[in-house]
Amino acid sequence: MKKNTAQNSIRPWAVLFWLLVWQGASMALSAAYPHGHLLLASPAAALLRLGELAVTAAFWRAVGGSALRIFGGFLLSCLLAVLLAAMAARLRTVRELLAPLVAAVKTVPVVSFIILALVWLDSRSLPLFISALMVFPPVYLNVLAGIAAADNRLLEMARVFRVPLGRRLTGIYLPAVLPYFRSAVSLGLGLCWKAGVAAEVIGLPAGTIGERLYTAKVYFQTPDLFAWTAVIVAVSVAFEKLFLALVDRLAGKAGL
Amino acid sequence: MDVHIEHLCKAYDGRPVLKNVSFTAIAGRVTCIMAPSGRGKTTLLRILLGLERADSGTVSLPAHCRWSAVFQEDRLLEHLDAMENLRFVLGGALDGAAARALLTELGLGDTAGKPVREFSGGMKCRLALARALLAPFDALALDEPFTGLDGDNRDRAWRCVLGRTAGRPVLLVSHELPPTGEFDLVRL
Repeated sequence: MKKNTAQNSIRPWAVLFWLLVWQGASMALSAAYPHGHLLLASPAAALLRLGELAVTAAFWRAVGGSALRIFGGFLLSCLLAVLLAAMAARLRTVRELLAPLVAAVKTVPVVSFIILALVWLDSRSLPLFISALMVFPPVYLNVLAGIAAADNRLLEMARVFRVPLGRRLTGIYLPAVLPYFRSAVSLGLGLCWKAGVAAEVIGLPAGTIGERLYTAKVYFQTPDLFAWTAVIVAVSVAFEKLFLALVDRLAGKAGL
Repeated sequence: MDVHIEHLCKAYDGRPVLKNVSFTAIAGRVTCIMAPSGRGKTTLLRILLGLERADSGTVSLPAHCRWSAVFQEDRLLEHLDAMENLRFVLGGALDGAAARALLTELGLGDTAGKPVREFSGGMKCRLALARALLAPFDALALDEPFTGLDGDNRDRAWRCVLGRTAGRPVLLVSHELPPTGEFDLVRL
């Protein structure tokens, strides 16, 4: 499976450039105002704070708690999206029934869903539900597109030779769907972490990244704010790389 | 088992492609269907294979007739190798020794492990034929099966067809007559 990495790749020099801009801005604010370092903590201060947090058990509990709910929501949503896409590909009624729902989830601001869901759910289930909701449209639509892209001539061949469904799934549908699923997963994992943490910040379930982020904001602890933001980015990227590696491994096993 | 085709008609967007086609493909014989391009040869095979419906007319076959076919395009799974392509169709029923023997007979004995996407057009054509001959069938449809094959390979492929279709009808759509053997000719 080909991956487009040449464009939009992040170069170390560009990262260094923006870190220097950040450091410069922080130093300028500190020089201009008596408590300027509170307005914008420097990257060094954020890194230092991250180091302090990383050696505490509470840090890992928060990371684990958030990861469990957000990634759990992602996995559940993937499963549901693939099943419904398979049904929708076969049954027009299902496709038509789901179309307004998918369009609504895509267009309605996530914060509206978070507040609404908070009325129905307890705050601990909120990130799971919200991340699942955000992942559903891209995975469902991409898998549906992948199924539609399956080679009709191969499907006819399988029909003539009476190839059973299991072999049709692995031999024809899986190679057609995997590239679509891969790009949906890449998009969906980023989305679910953003939306999941936003849900935690609003719902404030105890022992989560979102709660720590909110506390940092309330007490004006900007180094903590940046440190936890860096953690969210790192965990999100790590999960994306891990999951895509699994998808690529599956593709490799299928000979793609 | 003979295949009786009576008064078969098919049109696309009001343009007739098959007009009142009738013939019988006799078991154990090759029926060669010839016609200029666009006269419905492939459409006829698609109707027989159950991939399209005729507008009118009848095809008389036993209820559970199993067709095997070589399509106009190779229709192979490009990411799999030759043996895996055969296994895709035959599953657990694939006789590895018989498959290797046929592949060797068709000049594909040294392709083990090589994905089909790396095959030449002629190799794909021969693998599609091997797949059709190894699958269990009661009737065989061949749509331009020798396109892209040189003289030697065509003769070899044809011998494989004749040697493995005894007692069953073979419908051959082709621009040219079969290299050897007896056949019934139908002109559309």
